[in-house]
Amino acid sequence: MTSSVKMIATAAVTGLARCFTGVRAHWLGCAPALVPRIYFANHTSHVDFVLIWTVLPPAQRRVVRPVACADYWLANRLRRFVSEGFFRAVLIDRNPAPPRQHPIALMANVLDAGSSLIVFPEGTRKTGPERLLPFKSGLYHLARSRPNVELVPVWIDNLSRVMPKGEIVPVPLLCSVTFGTPLRVSDDEDKTAFLDRTRHALLELRRDRNIAP
Amino acid sequence: MTATGQGMALFAGITGVLVVASIVGFMLQRRDATTGSNAVIENLNSRIKTWWAILLAGWVAFLLGKAGAIALFGFASLGSLREFLTLTPTRPADHLTLAIAFFVVLPFQYYLIWINWYELFLISIPVYAFLLLPIVAALRGDTAAFMPRVAEIQWGLMICVFCLSHVPALLTLDIPGYEGRHLLLIAFLIIVVQSNDVLQYVWGKLIGRHKIAPQVSPSKTVEGLVGGVLSATAVGVGLWWITPFSPWQAGAIALVINLMGFFGGLVMSAIKRDRGVKDWGQTLKGHGGILDRIDSVIFAAPIFFHLTRYWWAV
Repeated sequence: MTSSVKMIATAAVTGLARCFTGVRAHWLGCAPALVPRIYFANHTSHVDFVLIWTVLPPAQRRVVRPVACADYWLANRLRRFVSEGFFRAVLIDRNPAPPRQHPIALMANVLDAGSSLIVFPEGTRKTGPERLLPFKSGLYHLARSRPNVELVPVWIDNLSRVMPKGEIVPVPLLCSVTFGTPLRVSDDEDKTAFLDRTRHALLELRRDRNIAP
Repeated sequence: MTATGQGMALFAGITGVLVVASIVGFMLQRRDATTGSNAVIENLNSRIKTWWAILLAGWVAFLLGKAGAIALFGFASLGSLREFLTLTPTRPADHLTLAIAFFVVLPFQYYLIWINWYELFLISIPVYAFLLLPIVAALRGDTAAFMPRVAEIQWGLMICVFCLSHVPALLTLDIPGYEGRHLLLIAFLIIVVQSNDVLQYVWGKLIGRHKIAPQVSPSKTVEGLVGGVLSATAVGVGLWWITPFSPWQAGAIALVINLMGFFGGLVMSAIKRDRGVKDWGQTLKGHGGILDRIDSVIFAAPIFFHLTRYWWAV
């Protein structure tokens, strides 16, 4: 895409997301920064990375790349164009064949190139009453492979109510994106402890007044 | 004076008030520049800035006439309904109910004003939505917290759509001798009730001592209430010339809608308290959400509508 077309498309996507969800960013634990970061967020819909992408300042938005699942985003030409062509998504094959690059190495390369990543460590969208599913180990291996990169917890609030799984029509409820305090994996931390710590850092940010008991 | 001329005079007057407020705000800020910043003054100045935007929106709507008024309050309904339902506990099974509330019930209510269908305007939400939405919810099969979910969604529609839609519905009243001037009736309602809000804030900040309902709204004081209602009622008397009322009638009606406005703010504060939030949203910088700004209008509008309809309309 040429840069002017991309600029218009970006304005359209962020404008639409802002209009429809009234999304607001709350930078509670850190400020926007241009260093490579791993934003890890709760996963509620196929488009939650769009909300994070929308609230990032333009400079950060240009270097952030969402990590998404290849089976879904390569399923047809439109999805391929949106994911690869527009959002420059890092598409991960869930069952990589041996000659393909290992997903962790792929993500680490993106960080090395100076980009930030948006990841959803739950691995799947939640459907049940559980607010946040246990994290998959990928986040730990990624953090281990680049221990100096900051991991920023990002809580996306309310998007699951805008468009619950299986619904077609979104409703215009207000969403917010909360950025927490960055953390890093410590030298002697094992996988379980790290995944537990990161998950709790994310849960700390949630605002759950709006989900019926 | 023609209706347009009176409208121009009104907007010129409000612009004048805002200019004075902006200058005062600027001077207060300059005074603070030496002693460090003051949160109250900063909030005051962002409130004033937002008032300029509201005035502009009101002016554009006024120029567009009936369509403008319906669009302005339709969008205000949309904005406040989404704020209300965002803070209302719902479950995934409520999704279709919510979609119908936003995309069918709300536009239909304003469409009824557009086509002047008074009877259906009155019962569309209190009767048809009231019965239809729980049916939709029941068909989805989720019974957990069923009654609170259904009741709160209905309450949100009543407050944010039904009550607020009575503002543009003023345009449908047939008042002998007042033809072509109905937009001024809307202006009267909004100016009186909003000046009541502002004057309560000003009186409360200046001499407020005795809290009225500390558990519900710590910022509301007896001094603010009395000073605000009396001075905003005086504003109402002063604006009798844009209404079909005599000066003392304008004063009596202003008193009623000011009291309703005050209690509207109180009720909506009680809900915010219970939800654990200070504001409904952040759309209007300095004020909070749209609902924070118009809670008083919401409670005043139906009463104003029916008082006017009963005694002045045919």
